Formats: sequence, C-alpha cells, structure tokens
Amino acid sequence: MARGIKDRVAILGMGCTKFGERWDCDADQLMVEAYEEAMADAGIDPTQLDAAWLSVGFDAMNIGSSGVPLAMALRLPDIGVTKVENFCASGTEAFRGAVYAVASGAADIALALGVEKLKDTGYGGLPTRTRGTKLDMISVTGSAPGNFAQLAAAYRAEHGVSKDDLKRAMAHVSVKSHANGAKNPKAHLQKVIDMDTVLNAPMIAEPLGLFDCCGVSDGAACAIVTTPEIARALGKHDIVTIKAMQIVSSNGWEAEGAGWNGSYFHTTRVAAARAYQEAGISSPRDELSLLEVHDCFSVTEVVTMEDLHISRTGEGWKDVLDGFFDADGSLPCQIDGGLKCFGHPIGASGLRMIYENYLQLLGRAGERQRSTPPRLALSHNLGGLPSSNVSAVAIVGMLDA
Amino acid sequence: MTGDFGILSVGAYVPRSRLQRSAVHEANAWFAPGLKAMAKGERAVASWDEDAITMGVEAARDALTGLDRAEVGAITLASTSLPYIDRLNAGVIKEALNLADVVTALDVTGSQRAGTSALLRALAGTDGQQHLCIASDLRKARPASEAELAQGDAAAALLVGRGDPIARLLGAHSITVDFVDHFRAEGETFDYAWESRWIRDEGYAKLLGAAVKAALERTGLTGAEIDRALIAVPVRGVPEVIAKKTGIRAEALADTLAATIGDAGSAHPLLMLAAALEEAKPGEKVLLASFGQGVDVAIFETTPAIERWAGPSGVRGALARRKPDSNYMRFLFHRGLLDLDRGMRAEQDQKQVGSSLYRNRKTVLGLVGGRCTKTGTVQFPKTPFSVNPNSRELGTQEDYELAERRARIVTYTADALTYSPNPPCYYGMIDFEGGGRMTAEFVDIDPEDVEVGREMRMVFRIKALDELREFKRYFWKATAAS
Repeated sequence: MARGIKDRVAILGMGCTKFGERWDCDADQLMVEAYEEAMADAGIDPTQLDAAWLSVGFDAMNIGSSGVPLAMALRLPDIGVTKVENFCASGTEAFRGAVYAVASGAADIALALGVEKLKDTGYGGLPTRTRGTKLDMISVTGSAPGNFAQLAAAYRAEHGVSKDDLKRAMAHVSVKSHANGAKNPKAHLQKVIDMDTVLNAPMIAEPLGLFDCCGVSDGAACAIVTTPEIARALGKHDIVTIKAMQIVSSNGWEAEGAGWNGSYFHTTRVAAARAYQEAGISSPRDELSLLEVHDCFSVTEVVTMEDLHISRTGEGWKDVLDGFFDADGSLPCQIDGGLKCFGHPIGASGLRMIYENYLQLLGRAGERQRSTPPRLALSHNLGGLPSSNVSAVAIVGMLDA
Repeated sequence: MTGDFGILSVGAYVPRSRLQRSAVHEANAWFAPGLKAMAKGERAVASWDEDAITMGVEAARDALTGLDRAEVGAITLASTSLPYIDRLNAGVIKEALNLADVVTALDVTGSQRAGTSALLRALAGTDGQQHLCIASDLRKARPASEAELAQGDAAAALLVGRGDPIARLLGAHSITVDFVDHFRAEGETFDYAWESRWIRDEGYAKLLGAAVKAALERTGLTGAEIDRALIAVPVRGVPEVIAKKTGIRAEALADTLAATIGDAGSAHPLLMLAAALEEAKPGEKVLLASFGQGVDVAIFETTPAIERWAGPSGVRGALARRKPDSNYMRFLFHRGLLDLDRGMRAEQDQKQVGSSLYRNRKTVLGLVGGRCTKTGTVQFPKTPFSVNPNSRELGTQEDYELAERRARIVTYTADALTYSPNPPCYYGMIDFEGGGRMTAEFVDIDPEDVEVGREMRMVFRIKALDELREFKRYFWKATAAS
C-alpha cells in the first residue's frame, strides 16, 4: 500500500451555509455564502488560491456540467476548476482533489466546494435519474429509500435480528440525530422527536418509515487546504491535518458476483481498513473521538458502525441502542445532526461532515461541542446504493494527534 | 397427413388478477343498471406491465416446458391487440424465448378467428418445421359496457409439428363472410358492436352452426361422436344452440371459461383447446369452432401420446394461480382509462436508445447472462471482464440463459416512494440457482411472499413505457415460484 498523506495537508479554513429549503437562493449564492465563511476563516486573499474542485451530485438540477459556475460565482483568479461527481460521495471527492493537489506540491493552497440546489425539483426526495443507457434497460428504478431499505431484510436474515429489534435500533438513530440537530443553528431540521413518532410514521420503503429517511436540502460547504508549514506561516496555531483519505468504488462484485449477502457495505469495510492503516489507527473504537457518517437512512448508520470496524459484525444495533453513539456516549456519531437533520445537499454533504469534525477539533462547535476534547474524527461519505456504491472515508485530527 | 404430425404441446397464460364482475357492476350500476345479469363470476385482468406480447411469451414458455427450443422453426402471434402496428410483435417473442435467428415469424391479426386461422395454416404442415402458434389478446372496453364485463385477458400457445403428437387434425372447414358483429377501426381504442340478438341469430346460430355441420360432414363424423365440443363463443346459451343444431351432445360441450377468465378474443379458441387437451384421454374427438367474419372449425383426435404427455402448467395451473380482485379503479387505471395524478416522479423520460437495445437484445429481451468458460462463474449481464474477483478472465464468457432458472431472494423492499402504477413497488436482489444474480422487480406478489431465501421465477414484462414516443421497454421481473 502507498504510504499515504498523513499530516501532509492541513485545513486552513472551512465554511458551510445554513442547510435547508433555501427558496431565496440560487446555487451561486449558496457557493458564495460557504466560500465567504471559509475565506474569512483561512484569512487569505483569493489570489492565493492555486486550484479549485467543485462537487455537485445532481447535474441537471443544478449548474451544468463544468467547473465554470464556481469560477464565475466566486470570480476566481484564472485558476483551474475541476468539477467532480461521484453520487452522494461527491463532497469528499472534491475534498480529495484539493488535498491531493496540495500533497503533491502542485498547489500551495487549494479550495474544495460542494453545492446542491435540490429544492428546485418540485418534489421531495432525490430526483429520478438515468444510470446509463445499458443499466437503464436492466436495472430497477427504485427510490433511494427503497435501495437502502433492502439492507434491513438481509441484515435481519444474516444475523438473526428480529424485525422489532432492528426497527427500534433504527429509530434510536433518528431520535439521536434529531436531538443533536436541535442544537445546531445551521441544521435543516432542529426539532426533537421521540421513539413513538419514528416507530409510527408512515412507511416509505419497508421497513423504513418517514423518520428513518433523511430529506434533501439546499446548501454548500467549503474547505481551503494547504500544507501545515504554510498554515503555520499564515499564523495558525491549532492545526487540523488530514490523517487519511480513502475512496473505494464498487466493481460490480456485490451486484453481479457471488457472496455478498446484502447486509453491509463491502466498499466501506475496505475503505475504512485502508484509512486506519494510513492514519496509523489500530483500534478505531478506542482511538477515534467522533464519527460523522452517511446516515442517509437509519439502517445505513446501523450497519456502517460495523463496516467502520467500530461495532462487531451483527452487533451494531446493540451499540446503537446502548447509546454508545449518542452525543454523550463513548463515541458520538452525528453530533451535528447528520444528514438526517443537518441536511443533505448532496454535493456539499461530504464537506459538511469534515466541517463539523474541524469545528469540533478546534472547540468551535458551540452548544453541541463535545465535552471531551476530540483528537481524531472520522467522516464517512457514501454514494449509490448498497449493491453498487462509492464509499469515502476521511480522517482528520490535530497535527500532534 | 402422417401419424407423427399434429399438436405436440399446448400452453396457456392467464394473468393472476381476477376482477370480480360484481365490483365492476357495483361501480357502474347507477349508469348501466341493465348489466346486472352479466355481473357474475370473474374476469382475468392483465397488470399494467402486461400486453399481448408478454402474455404470449408466458403462454409460449408454458407450451415449451421441457422441450428443445432449437426445434422451433416458425412462430405466429395471433392477436387483435398487438402492441405494435409496424414492428414484428412475434419478433419480440422470438427474442424473449431465445429462439434462433433463422426462425420465421408472423403476426396474424384482424379478427377473433386469427388464432385458429394461424393454427390451421400450421397444421397444413407444408414446411416440415415445428410451428409455435401463439394467440394472445388484451382488449380494452369502455367503462360500463357489456364488453368490459365479458372480456378477459389471456394467451395460449400450441406447438405443431412432427414428433409424438398428442392430437392430430382429422379435418377442418372454414368460411369467410363479412359479418360485422363488431369492428375496431385503425387508431380506435374500443370496439363498436351491433345488437347481440342479431349476432346470436344470424351469426352464431346460422353461420357457425352451418360451418360445424360442414366440418362434421367433411370428416365423416356425426355430432354425437364428438367427445369435446369447444364452441369458442363465451356467450351464455350459444354453445347449447349450436349443439342442438348439429347433434352434438350437451355433455360434450366444454366450459367456455366465461365465468372464470372471460372472452379472451383471438386467444380464446386456443385457450379452450389447450384446456380440453389437458383433460382429454386418448382417442377423443375434439371439435373447435371459432367465429369472426366467418368461421373456422377444426376436428382433432387425441392420440395415446396424450397419456404420456406430462403437460405444462396450462389452463388448469393458470386457473389455480388466481387472486380475486375487487379494485375496479385500479383496473381502469391500468387500462389507461383513468388519468390519476401520478406525480412528478412519473415524468422521467423513458426514451429507449434503439441502437443500444439492439446490441443488448439478448441481455434485455432474452435475459441471457454470461458464463466464464474457464472458471464457470455465472453473471448477469455478460461483460468483457469476468466478475469473479479471484480470476480476472477477459473475453471468456459464453451465453448463459437465466430466464428458466429459479432464483432466491437475497434482499427486498416494498418501495412506496418510487413511481409505480401498482404501488408499493416490490423489488430486491435475487440469486439464481447455478449462479448469477440481479436486482429485479417483483410482480404478482403479496407481502407474505417476500422473505430472504424465498424461491422466485422469472416472467417477461413491460419495464417502462415511453409515453412520449409510445415505445414499450420490455424486461424480465421475478414472481413467487409457487
């Protein structure tokens, strides 16, 4: 394995818009909002940016198919802008582009910005879209909840978990995220809910009820990265660095091969193992301080706790019910409310997770700040569907962690 | 005709849903109270994703159960509800059945007699090939019409050729007369029908009765010698009138399937023939008569082979695979007669890329996957590189047919969010026996049918409709195996 980029890149500044139904904004206004916060945090002049990456998940609803809209919205100083698209993992993909540019030495300072303007579709949830000419002829056009709901049946069958136990664990995930989101002024949903509300909600895709599903939001998030040396030279004292950056894409084994049982994310298991190796983490359950995972659906979060090698296989649901991942638990997950409540503007989500981890590491998370000072924080950003997906794992931490 | 030539096999398909005629009448009684007399029994109703092609495929698969498809040299599809006016409908069935390209194929249409006329041509046996004669009809009727209650959707298929026939043709007689009991002009959705009393007296009693007599004379048989008389006019009292006129014994009259399936149009005569041959013993004389701008009469004799013939699922199986349905609104919606608000999710453009469908026709229409000739790994779809992670083989896959293989559920859901004309949309991953997997839509399914490990079988259906260009995208779906 490659030696990786641990501590070679630092986060200089970050920004994130309020997520939600931003009826008043176009995508470019959202971009500017996130950018302005990040630039103020970084304390640099736009002329210091060497390169930029832009992530958007749903092309047709947004800004078209190039990096030009970012360059135009921010009036960037004649630099290259690369637009990336990798399902719901697009945000981490943009971050990776900027981080690798700095790690390689090709850029001193690079920007990653993710944006999504989803509330212009005219209906709730993700827009239906093509999977390509060939797959469209032979694949099922399921909704996102339907695609992820299938984890539940397979998980129950594989681990002998009862419908009721799994449903309660799933409900706990959503109750926890709502409790956390209520403390986050930028969150799309800021209302506390109880177990009964979740358990009795209308069914969207068996067994996922309304509160087992995250909605979609408008929003943007931005990161500016550089080397730790330049960060220090620019006057930064507490330096947050990238410890690991791993992305794994399904090659069709799960969907077309034999052996995958439908109850977990093969890609996440591989990406997490590589990320821990890159970051030098041997016991993630003990060493990590915070988790931001891709909780597009409650069941996704449950199985992801296992795929990230935090919980034992088949026992993630027990850890969830035990409160292990609650804000005051041993290893908080979605302390900002997660996709479920902070919101899910697709192209921005991966960057939003890193934004939260960055704030928490620097002790700037306000009312929701983790009491124990965090040292290492993981974000997991997933795109696609369980049988065919992109899984991105990023670990950030204090330079000396 | 020599003794080794005749009907080799029969098959049938009847959609699972059986709309209760009482439910239809209940909804329409305020407007058409006079239809009460017809509001008995049930009629077969195709789902939104079925048409004459898909039902024809299922009937053909049934008829070909256990037989070598390479022997089939010709197929005909008889129907008055062909999905395409200019695209060979039988050609779609050929692809779904994975028949060889050298097969000849023909669509036969224009009357309720289309099925029997095509069958009689095949039974003329001039080309020495096995003929697969399919008849399939899914007609539309105006709400609150007699036709809406009388019709039913179904398909039948017969394999004709040399071999060990279960029935041989003793003789046939056809007449052609432009008797317009009903008609449907180009571009029209519904039939326009004339008074039923006139049709009964002038059409059925006179024309059909005379043709049956002529056929009996031609074969040197008396009506009393007929063991099974299939008068394919599922109208109450008509077969009895014909029997009386022709000396056929009342006990010989076969069930017209009017109460259980309904009038399946051009498929109906072959459906009745399939049902009769499933029950018949050797040496029986079976008379089949169909009506439509003339009459076709065929008289068959069953052979000793019929006792050895295992028989497919057939009409018997189709009648047993039944789900009573009282949802008249759904029936109207699925027939395109009710413009429900389907929401924005239904607006997705379903344009089919023609060149891609042609390249991938075996994959899409035939459900043909790949099998690695080195490792034996089975996969769907076939791809340049094998999916086997332990052996990166390139270009080693041979065609591997999956449609007739059973599969088991790996994952599933019931999706109430995605657009489906029949929500919730059930789907999930399935593993085929012998290898290969796919994520498939589940159809004709009840909540208790879906569980991890449950056995499924594949059915040919409409995947999506391109409503802008009126193109149907066909693909395979899974249903409960039993």
